[in-house]
Amino acid sequence: MARSSGDNAQALFHSLRSAYAATPKNLKIIDLYVAFAVFTALIQVVYMALVGSFPFNSFLSGVLSCIGTAVLAVCLRIQVNKENKEFKDLPPERAFADFVLCNLVLHLVIMNFLG
Amino acid sequence: MVGKSEPINGTAKSQPPPSPLSPKSPDLLSGYFSFKSLKLKTKQQELLIRVSILCLVYILAFVTRLFSVLRYESMIHEFDPYFNYRTTLFLTEKGFYEFWNWFDSESWYPLGRIIGGTLYPGLMVTAALLYWGLRFLRFAVHIREVCVLTAPFFASNTTILAYFFGKEIWDTGAGLVAAALIAICPGYISRSVAGSYDNEGVAIFALLLTFYLFVKAVNTGSLSWGLASAFGYFYMVSAWGGYVFIINLVPLYVLVLLITGRYSMRLYVAYNCMYILGMLLAMQIRFVGFQHVQSGEHMAAMGVFFLMQVFYLLDWLKHLLSDTKLFQAFLRMTVTSAVGVGAVALGVGTASGYISPWTGRFYSLLDPTYAKDHIPIIASVSEHQPTAWSSFMFDFQILLFLFPAGLYFCFKRLSDATIFIVMYGLTSMYFAGVMVRLILVATPAVCLISAIAVSATIKNLTLLLRAKTKAPQSASGKGGSSGKAASKGSLDQSQPFQKNGAIALLFGAFYLLSKYVTHCTWVTSEAYSSPSIVLAARGAHGNRVIFDDYREAYFWLRQNTPPDAKVMSWWDYGYQITAMGNRTVIVDNNTWNNTHIATVGRAMSSYEDEAYEIMRSLDVDYVLVVFGGVTGYSSDDINKFLWMVRIGGGVFPVIKEPDYLVNGEYRVDKGAAPKMLNCLMYKLSYYRFGELTTEYGRPPGYDRARGVEIGNKDIKLEYLEEAFTTSNWIVRIYKVKPPNNRW
Repeated sequence: MARSSGDNAQALFHSLRSAYAATPKNLKIIDLYVAFAVFTALIQVVYMALVGSFPFNSFLSGVLSCIGTAVLAVCLRIQVNKENKEFKDLPPERAFADFVLCNLVLHLVIMNFLG
Repeated sequence: MVGKSEPINGTAKSQPPPSPLSPKSPDLLSGYFSFKSLKLKTKQQELLIRVSILCLVYILAFVTRLFSVLRYESMIHEFDPYFNYRTTLFLTEKGFYEFWNWFDSESWYPLGRIIGGTLYPGLMVTAALLYWGLRFLRFAVHIREVCVLTAPFFASNTTILAYFFGKEIWDTGAGLVAAALIAICPGYISRSVAGSYDNEGVAIFALLLTFYLFVKAVNTGSLSWGLASAFGYFYMVSAWGGYVFIINLVPLYVLVLLITGRYSMRLYVAYNCMYILGMLLAMQIRFVGFQHVQSGEHMAAMGVFFLMQVFYLLDWLKHLLSDTKLFQAFLRMTVTSAVGVGAVALGVGTASGYISPWTGRFYSLLDPTYAKDHIPIIASVSEHQPTAWSSFMFDFQILLFLFPAGLYFCFKRLSDATIFIVMYGLTSMYFAGVMVRLILVATPAVCLISAIAVSATIKNLTLLLRAKTKAPQSASGKGGSSGKAASKGSLDQSQPFQKNGAIALLFGAFYLLSKYVTHCTWVTSEAYSSPSIVLAARGAHGNRVIFDDYREAYFWLRQNTPPDAKVMSWWDYGYQITAMGNRTVIVDNNTWNNTHIATVGRAMSSYEDEAYEIMRSLDVDYVLVVFGGVTGYSSDDINKFLWMVRIGGGVFPVIKEPDYLVNGEYRVDKGAAPKMLNCLMYKLSYYRFGELTTEYGRPPGYDRARGVEIGNKDIKLEYLEEAFTTSNWIVRIYKVKPPNNRW
């Protein structure tokens, strides 16, 4: 049972890797950005676990800015991805402009919240 | 009907403008304003009709709320609006920084109140912005006028918003009907009449704005609409504590869409943008603080957020992998681990107390019996009682049976938007049934859904009517489907009956809608336009008698007491005393400190000497009571007295409710309990009342509000002396005597 699930996991990993290699380059860049943002958030959470959560608003603003920009980047990826039929008519420049605007608002609010 | 109809075989060519068959001048003379002479195309005519209807509805919504301004004067009504008015005054005088950091020592003596951190600033900032805008344009208005008229102005804006929302859900016809219905619906008018300067006036506008922008974001999948809905949510959070409804309804809606399989990429973009940005913006309001990550009421949104991430990640992986069997194994692993982790986190959070449980106010919505047993302050507010059927009929009338009809139409044409409005309607109707005050939240949903029913029905009926007259021409003009012509031919037999039926039904619909208008105007005029601070009655000869006792008493306080005097009264009148009397109070309507209120309740229910000790400890200089025995005014302190006993007894067990009752009955006449006849509230209300004849043919000391002759007519006060009684004895003010000199 364990062997088959181990085999399963390996086969899964390989097929995922090969399928992912086929995605276009701009999407891979966005994925890298998302991974970077989530990783930064994780570092902040580990730091908070070590040092304590005071002041809480600074911790929240740090973590939420990372999670927020990651989520917005995922939305951008969805809108730019050519395989999504729903966003066929949306020009990628418009999607990127929306992304920049939302990030601007996000970081302005974070700056106010940072304390 | 001007303008050619499009050719029936389907090719829509643009029609050239119809050339004039006769010279222009006779047309100008005969029909200057008729549509024929304006030579408008059908689309432009339709636009003109729509714009003029919306303008009329806008003006109507504003005008129908002005009854009390015309009958009495332009003043602030009720209790809570006086606090809002006082804070708005402070904001316009001292500026935003002082307002945001304001610590008020004039209420809740000796504790004070951090006003900057314990209010919802949306209403005050909105009124201040309107005031500054008008001042900039050199209109020399007083801030009170702006405050009085803020709610009708926002009600007019809500009608326009209802039009756009209706257009988004159904079509423009439904939008127009929704705007017209919500302009005069009594459920909304009750809290947005001119002078009712309360949070709900702008909060309903913000609620509808947030919902409209969110539905637009889900329909278009654009990030900028999501950003707009986040800003709408921010405005709602800044305006009213009822934002909890939004932060729970939207995740519930997302969950329903996920379960019914209507999920799409647009939903992901819309919800995530709104949740993250909305949550961050909401935490900027000091009163809300960190509740979005710490309170149990907001956890549903966070849970759905994480669920969405997992869901879409799995969807993406399924798309990447072509082998489904592998995917199923992986799916099993991930889902069980994700659900497990989520449940453990929630459990640990709730058990350790980090995630606070649902607060009393909102918990009593889920369990209506909770407040009665545990929190008497919440149970005592009359607006928090469960709703009677008569209230529903009073506030909605025909909308009450149009609502299920509209639900039927929505289910026939299910889309993301109609699912949303159905959920909004059902959840808000449930909450409206639990608490009277929440009929206000249900009103936009009921108006929108009823508008769908009205619009769809009338559209079908008029289509029937118009199809009748066109049937001969179109049947001959068509080149194609002969089958259709044959069916239309067979329809000819029943045509006269159908036409008559359609006309009769249209007349019936018109009659119903006109009855609705009559009812709404009557309700607005009779029930919802009283300022509560000024009472009116009919005199013996039918003339109008005005009782302005409240303001008389507050201005007496303002002009005849030292500026640092402290006034003790029941918490209902606290805001009015600080706003109009400009004196420090012990407790007010904010009711944030139950023990302090219980202390006042204990003082009111004790014998005079015990009460004197309590009043000395609180530095009280004046005591204010409201008494309705002379005028028959029934919302006075003697009728509220049992609540004082209950609240006081909840904290100080020395006060026991059965001491004040006789056989479970509350009496003030000769047969009343001895503790009742000698407590402070009784003495202060009925001091010198035993000598007064209130009604012809009754003995002196006849209490017109309770309908009995009072029991203890010979009242002597030892520690207080009477300072002021208003002309109709409604408000009575007593001065607390300083302690005697020792020799």
